[in-house]
Amino acid sequence: MERELYKLTAHKLIEKLNKEEITSQEALNSLKNRIKEIDSRVRAYVRVEESIKLANSPTRQLANILNGIPISIKDNICTEGLNTECCSKILEGFKPPYDATVIKKLKEAGATILEAKTNMDEFAFGSSTENSFFGPTHNPWDLECVPGGSSGGSAAAVAAEEAIFALGSDTGGSIRQPAAFCGVVGLKPTYGRVSRYGLIAFASSLDQIGPITKDVKDCAILMNVISGHDPCDSTSANIEVPDYTKSLHNDIKGIKIGIPKEYFIEGLDLEVKTIAEEAIDKLKDLGAAYKQVSLPHTEYAVPVYYIIATAEAGSNLARFDGVQYGYRNTQYLPAGRQGAIRNTQTLIDMYKQTRGEGFGEEAKRRIILGTFVLSHGYYDAYYLRALKVRTLIKQDFDEIFKECDCIVTPTSPTPAFKIGEKAADPLKMYLSDIYTISANLSGIPAISIPCGFTRKGLPIGLQILAKPFDEEMLFRVAYAYEQNTPWHTMKPKL
Amino acid sequence: MAIDKETVKYVAHLARIELKPKELEKLSQQLQDILDFIDQLKKIDIKDIHPTSHILPINNVLREDCPRESLPSEKTLMNAPLKEGSFFVVPKIIE
Repeated sequence: MERELYKLTAHKLIEKLNKEEITSQEALNSLKNRIKEIDSRVRAYVRVEESIKLANSPTRQLANILNGIPISIKDNICTEGLNTECCSKILEGFKPPYDATVIKKLKEAGATILEAKTNMDEFAFGSSTENSFFGPTHNPWDLECVPGGSSGGSAAAVAAEEAIFALGSDTGGSIRQPAAFCGVVGLKPTYGRVSRYGLIAFASSLDQIGPITKDVKDCAILMNVISGHDPCDSTSANIEVPDYTKSLHNDIKGIKIGIPKEYFIEGLDLEVKTIAEEAIDKLKDLGAAYKQVSLPHTEYAVPVYYIIATAEAGSNLARFDGVQYGYRNTQYLPAGRQGAIRNTQTLIDMYKQTRGEGFGEEAKRRIILGTFVLSHGYYDAYYLRALKVRTLIKQDFDEIFKECDCIVTPTSPTPAFKIGEKAADPLKMYLSDIYTISANLSGIPAISIPCGFTRKGLPIGLQILAKPFDEEMLFRVAYAYEQNTPWHTMKPKL
Repeated sequence: MAIDKETVKYVAHLARIELKPKELEKLSQQLQDILDFIDQLKKIDIKDIHPTSHILPINNVLREDCPRESLPSEKTLMNAPLKEGSFFVVPKIIE
């Protein structure tokens, strides 16, 4: 019995815990054994050996909402006393002195925070989890493929049943694209729905924390726990949070779906196209109305994103300088960390050498690009222009939502690609986020749910987008689709 | 636009990142490719369009200015690569 508990969804576990059929210790042990059994192949977690100890106890059950169920957390969300390193050398050894608001909320709801954090692209810079200081995560459906990214560790862990559920973060698709590649559910909430306090910032106007789960119901349960206004995040919205589980009623009759024609053109893999179209047909069968719509500025989303996101990242990552935390070039540390530093060494040299060595290749690329687009003489041509085009992209969505309840698209133009396939070409990698980036630029919520498999057995994701703060619509459509299809019940053979 | 190695070197200095000669070479080419790609934004007419820097219509979020608990200095310093007493230690910046 205990051996198999890791296979369950959170809501199934809650049911069993409430009936006292199992204990939370049994659930935790089962999960940890599973991690020990398979993570050496999937590598969804970092620092597993040193942090997964069987002896650890679940959180004392202060609240019965999550009943001590273990949750897996991406390495860029601060967990007090547990390594949080953004999978970067520059944050080596960082143990936050405080919990992110989402972690505080999870603990208050009775969740157990798993000690090992999930793998990610360094500072969430990437779409494949190959940019991790700890090495890549492998896709559970094909270990030679990437799991997507940047929350590839969280998505792979959930898919491989070595996480009950998980948190990721999404700046340009970093929850939805890995969820699609791994055949699980991933939600990027509306900007401001979930507090970013304690999320190590990448691009502050785009970042959101969100759930990665085995099914839509778990996603709704997790959103109920982590959503809401937070005085510690001035950009969190003071808007009441509904009970998302009330949107799960398997009925989408009369819902108006928009299908953007710009998402079904050249560049979209033919198999993905067919599978997405079948999913749309399914939604029609279930009673939804649909119409073709246009998001004319779609092609500009990626260039706009790579200006805004890198500009914000360049500013946010200025804090990693070898002074307050993390890595410092050893020349600037006296032997045994005692005595004085040599006088000939300057502070600016310390910054430059520490950052030159501490950041990986993609991080350096983005910081330098971001610094360039904000620098004197280029600000108007790049950054300001990008902010204006961002307005146009947002207006495209505003127009569609005047007549549609939601928009449905493939989550990614391709299935999971091979490890190493796009690593040498940053631009090619950037284009794998082409369908997910617009939701971050316009702040709207979007979910990815499994909608089928390629002939080679790789999962495909369907993306649903809705108006700001209308996550209920996402849950309604996603749940109806899920309840009438078998995809979420399929598991990789490991 | 064209970006040369000197510009990349200068911007890297602004960003306080030391690049090895090989890195500089590779990065200059990659940044050129990315900027060429980004240049497609020049096609769009942005006359009279307002910039969106934040997606939510919130500004000037204020709170009462009253004292509250903050992290004690030992917690604040616990991750420092080098510290002395209640200070972070860095190379001397003034003679």
